[in-house]
Amino acid sequence: MLDGNAIAGTLSTVFGADMTLVVATCGGCGARGPVAETAVYVRAPGLVVRCRSCDSVLAVVVERDGRYCVDVRGVAGLGEPPSPGGR
Amino acid sequence: MNWRIGTVVDVQAETDRTASIVLSVPDWPGHRAGQHVDVRLTAEDGYQAQRSYSIASAPEDEGLVLTVERLDDGEVSSYLVGELRTGDELELRGPVGGYFVWDGSPAGPLMLIGGGSGIVPLRAMLRHRIAQGSAVPVRLLYSARAPGDLIYRDELVAAGREPGVDIRFTLTRERPDGWNGYDRRIDRELIADAVWAPADRPLVYVCGPTAFVEVAADALVSLGHEPGRIRTERFGPTGR
Repeated sequence: MLDGNAIAGTLSTVFGADMTLVVATCGGCGARGPVAETAVYVRAPGLVVRCRSCDSVLAVVVERDGRYCVDVRGVAGLGEPPSPGGR
Repeated sequence: MNWRIGTVVDVQAETDRTASIVLSVPDWPGHRAGQHVDVRLTAEDGYQAQRSYSIASAPEDEGLVLTVERLDDGEVSSYLVGELRTGDELELRGPVGGYFVWDGSPAGPLMLIGGGSGIVPLRAMLRHRIAQGSAVPVRLLYSARAPGDLIYRDELVAAGREPGVDIRFTLTRERPDGWNGYDRRIDRELIADAVWAPADRPLVYVCGPTAFVEVAADALVSLGHEPGRIRTERFGPTGR
């Protein structure tokens, strides 16, 4: 098991921007955290992104013939990262 | 984000299992300390395998350096460490990642905690800190099994003589005679001893195998460090 840092390149290709700092809300338990901190499984066919709190599937990314298919139905929301000044 | 081609300029053995690959990448846009790149290999039959590797070089360094650990079942790493030669080309996508990054923030002392090959992005941050001539105090706690497993050992020891730079090792299995570093796995007590107090508000970067990162991050939080000042990155076998 890895984390969201490991799929920064794929997410960046799919969404057109770096997603690792974006705060995702789990549709299962409501936990919020940066995409970088999600649990990522790459041994499945495609990439499976799970909530670190409740293990619900947040997203599945499959690539075939150079095209990406992305299922994000487990994500209740994606929000702006906290401002850099906040750290 | 597009794939680009890098040419191998040099391959340097670091330890028995790790090597640093120096790449020349035309039009490389530069990177931030802690970022990585995706590497994609394509077999003759069209089969592709892709992995993400941390960048070992600082933004100021010449060439793009990836330090890769050869994993026993690693279909990509066993090629990169062992078969790759100077002059070979690699497909790269990056730099990527904006989370596990240190840009020279003066917001607090910089605490780096690495396990195994988790040292790689931390080394880029340390080199960046030194190259900048920054006055931000930095401390590294680096855990490995045996002395021969310490990647960049000589460089890190030398860095420890720079003002404001404190380098600490822990060896969990095998130690040389006269070893005066730490001698056990990362745990709460070791974290409490090696990390600045929460009141000093360090920015903490933890990188290593998943179990290592969980232990370190949980210990940091239980000791009173703000979760928002702890950034983590997990390494591991990623064979599909």
